[in-house]
Amino acid sequence: MHDRRRSRRRGRRGGGHAASAPRSLAGDAWQDLRSSPLFVISAVIIVVLIAMAVVPGLFTSRDPQDCDLALSRQAPSAGAWFGYDLQGCDLYTRTVYGARASILVGVLTTVGVAVVGSVVGMLAGYHGGRLDAVLSRVTDMFFAVPMLLGAIIVLATFPSTVDTPAWQTIGKVVLALGLLGWTTVARLMRSTVIQVKQADFVNAARGLGAGSRRILLRHVVPNAMAPVIVYATIVLGVFVVLEATLSFLGIGLQAPVISWGIAISEARTYVRQSPHMLLFPSVFLSATVLAFIMLGDAVRDAFDPKLR
Amino acid sequence: MGRYVVQRLGQMVPVVIGTTFLIYALVWALPGDPFAGKCGDRPCPENYVQRMTAAYNLDDPLPVQYVKYMGSLLTGDFGQTFTGASVADELLSRYPTTLKLTLLAIAVEVVVGIAAGVLAGIRRGGFLDNLVLVSTLVLVSVPVFVTGLLAQATFGVRLGWFPVTFDGTFFSLVLPAVVLGSLSLAFVARLTRANLVENLRADYVRTAIAKGLPRQRVVGVHTLRNSLIPVVTFVGADLGGLLGGAVVVEGIFNIPGVGDMIFRGINAHEGGTVTAAVTVLVLVFLIVNLLVDLLYAVLDPRIRHA
Repeated sequence: MHDRRRSRRRGRRGGGHAASAPRSLAGDAWQDLRSSPLFVISAVIIVVLIAMAVVPGLFTSRDPQDCDLALSRQAPSAGAWFGYDLQGCDLYTRTVYGARASILVGVLTTVGVAVVGSVVGMLAGYHGGRLDAVLSRVTDMFFAVPMLLGAIIVLATFPSTVDTPAWQTIGKVVLALGLLGWTTVARLMRSTVIQVKQADFVNAARGLGAGSRRILLRHVVPNAMAPVIVYATIVLGVFVVLEATLSFLGIGLQAPVISWGIAISEARTYVRQSPHMLLFPSVFLSATVLAFIMLGDAVRDAFDPKLR
Repeated sequence: MGRYVVQRLGQMVPVVIGTTFLIYALVWALPGDPFAGKCGDRPCPENYVQRMTAAYNLDDPLPVQYVKYMGSLLTGDFGQTFTGASVADELLSRYPTTLKLTLLAIAVEVVVGIAAGVLAGIRRGGFLDNLVLVSTLVLVSVPVFVTGLLAQATFGVRLGWFPVTFDGTFFSLVLPAVVLGSLSLAFVARLTRANLVENLRADYVRTAIAKGLPRQRVVGVHTLRNSLIPVVTFVGADLGGLLGGAVVVEGIFNIPGVGDMIFRGINAHEGGTVTAAVTVLVLVFLIVNLLVDLLYAVLDPRIRHA
């Protein structure tokens, strides 16, 4: 199905745009993305989620800390669409405010992982030799630890309590996930850099007297970024799941921080009596992950030169 | 073959050493109080601190500590729980359950995943194909702990088809195994489908069809075999994810395995027990990956003769 659509577009491109200037890979990808329904749907969900994370006040006028124990676990009603949680807080408000922690952990970890992984991969790929050997073995070491298990070890060693400031609690989760998450980016970056650095335009730049720094920043990096961007989009959803899982286990985010994982873990004991407590945070969490997976799929299709 | 095995072992040893060192350094040697959060909600009692300082040689320099620690790991001493019970004994009594659960989950993911992938792949773009694509997308985006809670509430509590929690029988492991395998199942189905679709276009498949072979044989023998190589790779590499998932699933279904030990350790804030048990899981993962690599040499003649 995909291929058919693609070849039609390629035909159009070959004909209609033959005279216009050639687009860059990113420009081409953007053209592809705009017409992909997968991208449009996921982008809309993500924009809404980001708005929720940045200004939750847009979506609810209530205060998430404003709870009344007398309302504990009340079912959804006209006044409270999602019902109330164990502490008698409005579940809709709590769910809206929960977006912030998930998005924050997802974005921060992804950015950190992309930067660290890219730098390591670039150094290893560009310089080669002994530096490459050392960096690659270090990458192997970190790669060998399964991410959830590794994060449990880190967070069990540096536990957060109710008194830990929110930014520290979130920071620990980001560090725990990032510590083991950068390896794939490093491997991706290393292999693309090795390919790109043998390209003719890199040799030409070197022949014209460009220094290592200029070659790396102006020629190698822009051409090696595509796979990293694709991977980063997909892995953002993975980090959101891992954060929620850690919070569910009771080792990730902690009480003063509002998080879907914590809400679901609280709902555990009351699944039969108050299914709404499980349902709404789960739906939001799954929709977030789904949106990032779909976005990743769309971005990969757009950036993958093999499909062109 | 022999040379390949030696080579693989040679590559693996530094990684195992490095990885265990990494974990050890994380747990006992990072700046700050190594006893923070290892004893529940209180600060560690003096005698626990002394016992652990002695057990982990915390007064020695880090490399010495690590060597002594590896020595005790190799002799089967995995440390002690907060109450002083041996982690090794606890693990020994728990691992058969986790092993059964994980193997059952792998069986589910392989059988159902490949079947779904083949059904989707042989009629590309058809109803089944779209059904599989959409349902795997949903499976991938719902986290395991949500699937677990939902499955438990629906099939266990409401419909009563399965036991709600583990009761010692094999049957009570079925629902947890399906939950545990569900995420990987989706990946296996998608991988199988993608490879099958790709391989069905190959020249040798056209030849097979032209020879007049029945479709079943073309798909089942000629194409599927080649399409399954990446699937095998995935299943091996995915074990780490399954072991992590086991922590969640065993916690939800109250299955007394290694994952449950970690789950309880986390809830009791017993960092020592948690890290000891997780370290063992990571080691198991490393060893299994090595075995899978060696298995390739047996399965794939290109590697054997390299």
